[in-house]
Amino acid sequence: MKLKQIAQAVSLSLLCAAAAQAQVSDGMVKIGVLTDLSGVYSDVAGPGAVVATKMAIEDFLANEKPSFKVEMVSADHQNKGDIAANKAREWFERDKVDVATELVTTSVGLAVQKIAKEKNKIALISGAASTAITNESCNDVTVHWTYDTYAVANGTAKAVTKGGGKKWFFLTADYAFGHALEKDATDVVKANGGEVLGSVRHPFPGSDFSSFLLKAQSSGAQIIGLANAGGDTINSIKQAAEFGITPKQSLAGLLMFITDVHSLGLKATQTMYLTEGFYWDLNEETRAWSKRFFAQHKRMPTMIQAGQYSSVMHYLKAVKAINSDDTAKVMAQMKKTPVNDFFAKNGTIRDDGRMVHDMYLLQVKKPAESKTPWDYYNVKATIPAAEAFQPLSASRCPLIKK
Amino acid sequence: MEIFGITSQAFFGQLLLGLINGSFYAILSLGLAIIFGLLNIINFAHGAQYMVGAFVAWLGLTYFGINYWVSLFVSPLVVGLAAVVIERTMLRHLYKLDHLYGLLLTFGLALIAEGVFKNLFGVSGESYEVPELLQGGVNLGFMFLPIYRAWIVVAALSVCLVTWYVIERTSLGATLRAATQRPDLVQALGINVPVMVTATYAAGAALAAFAGVLAAPVMQVNPVMGSNLIIVVFAVVVIGGMGSIAGAIITGLGLGVIEGLTKVFYPEASAVVIFVIMVLVLLVKPAGLFGKQA
Repeated sequence: MKLKQIAQAVSLSLLCAAAAQAQVSDGMVKIGVLTDLSGVYSDVAGPGAVVATKMAIEDFLANEKPSFKVEMVSADHQNKGDIAANKAREWFERDKVDVATELVTTSVGLAVQKIAKEKNKIALISGAASTAITNESCNDVTVHWTYDTYAVANGTAKAVTKGGGKKWFFLTADYAFGHALEKDATDVVKANGGEVLGSVRHPFPGSDFSSFLLKAQSSGAQIIGLANAGGDTINSIKQAAEFGITPKQSLAGLLMFITDVHSLGLKATQTMYLTEGFYWDLNEETRAWSKRFFAQHKRMPTMIQAGQYSSVMHYLKAVKAINSDDTAKVMAQMKKTPVNDFFAKNGTIRDDGRMVHDMYLLQVKKPAESKTPWDYYNVKATIPAAEAFQPLSASRCPLIKK
Repeated sequence: MEIFGITSQAFFGQLLLGLINGSFYAILSLGLAIIFGLLNIINFAHGAQYMVGAFVAWLGLTYFGINYWVSLFVSPLVVGLAAVVIERTMLRHLYKLDHLYGLLLTFGLALIAEGVFKNLFGVSGESYEVPELLQGGVNLGFMFLPIYRAWIVVAALSVCLVTWYVIERTSLGATLRAATQRPDLVQALGINVPVMVTATYAAGAALAAFAGVLAAPVMQVNPVMGSNLIIVVFAVVVIGGMGSIAGAIITGLGLGVIEGLTKVFYPEASAVVIFVIMVLVLLVKPAGLFGKQA
């Protein structure tokens, strides 16, 4: 059975290889959106990411009028690496999908980037967080587009530590992402003269954080770093207020999205610092795009959804420019071309697959400061691309020669 | 003073939190224990009924100005009525069949409810404010106890006690227990057994909704709040003994404490410890700690 599949795959790829000489195979580009459609990350990515992809494809077809067709398929990976891997395999082997995109949840991102390499297809990762994607697990068919644990930890932890928050305690989600976020933030805190008094790991996902928060409270730390995301972060913030931990101690949400703030409300999140790769209200261009997105999705875009549009558009433009969907050629074209759109200005894709672009240090507004719905952030600083992401000199990626 | 390497302050704080969570588990598993103990139905919709209860409270507050205290009665009523409809139209046809059919039906209903709410509200959840009367907290010295958490213990344990009393000590309860053990005889005595069965299912669902309203100010009201907890609740009921009301209450409290202590010493295992205990209990005493089985 397995031998038959291998034989089929081999003959199929030979046929495809023969056909794909400087032309788009089958006259069609197929984009797969593999995301969390109904689980804990469905609000930050999910159906909104599908909407963003549809918008990118429609805009591309209308503005660029390419000679090839573009199709989209989407699927729910339910935040499980094995389901994601199976779906990606099915897409690449059977359904002629050229690129797997979105891929929120670190275990999913890591699994699918391996399969993409195996099948010589491209993986455009918007949602997954871990720096392992461009370090230990890096390969030449993956682009990590929107953010990573280093970038968000660096922005927030640096600002908070420099601002006087020297003693930290971490509340960490007990899986790969949480550990990565805690480690990156710890490094930044120490590098800026702070100290980490301890950490506690909670099962993922959790619902009641009272006893973990109690530990954080008794540690005497000034800052409680939340190395978790989504529903866990929301409940941690809520329960910290309930137990009188805030405002005496401060919370630092190491990975937060605008949908989290929307769900908690400004009263619970005011003055919190966070680092994001996108904010809908930054400038005229972001506002214009976000209003179009809002018309379809009824919520303002998170950075993952905005990044999804940006990465898909960049990919499609690359395919058009060289009139081919050959993986190696498209990757080379994408790396050659700077990213200049509403999401990123002068962004570039490095050899480790990292797309570096400016990040933004944001502070949540007080309720009185917010004038319109979704008017949640004050932009405290723009962190330039060169500083925001892990430098290549510290890279653990085998592709980077030192 | 240190106990097992942590300060006594921290220890007692975690113990108290464990008791609070335990009383919450107790009220949550009570409805399930009643439905299984008396009706022999494995009500997988319990988590969904808990979630709907919380949402009814939130919707009531946001759109109709129904405050928390009224919601404590209105929400269980609404969910109870919905449960009556479910029982009359769907569940009743499955009593003659294997347990599994009831499980599958209620599981399906739970998935539908969750899906509908996810579609309408997303998964990030909605905020529900702690009612003014219960805001703030008391500094006990070894920890800061939010008044609302103390209220959870009082409300949960009171309802548990009243329910246990009604079922085990009143004639209504005796009739109920008899009706489920020998429905033919009880019906022959002129008691309307089908109505009692419907009422029991509705009561179990109402208890779940009550727990949902209690939980709303503490955890975000979101569509997955039920599915996160339902598995733990099942473990509690299995350990306590699936027929025993008192067993569910005592086990809920006990497991809350054990989970709390695990969080102190080895937090990563706190989600797993209840299931480890469940496996051990099933190996040694399959009927559960307080279960009575032939």
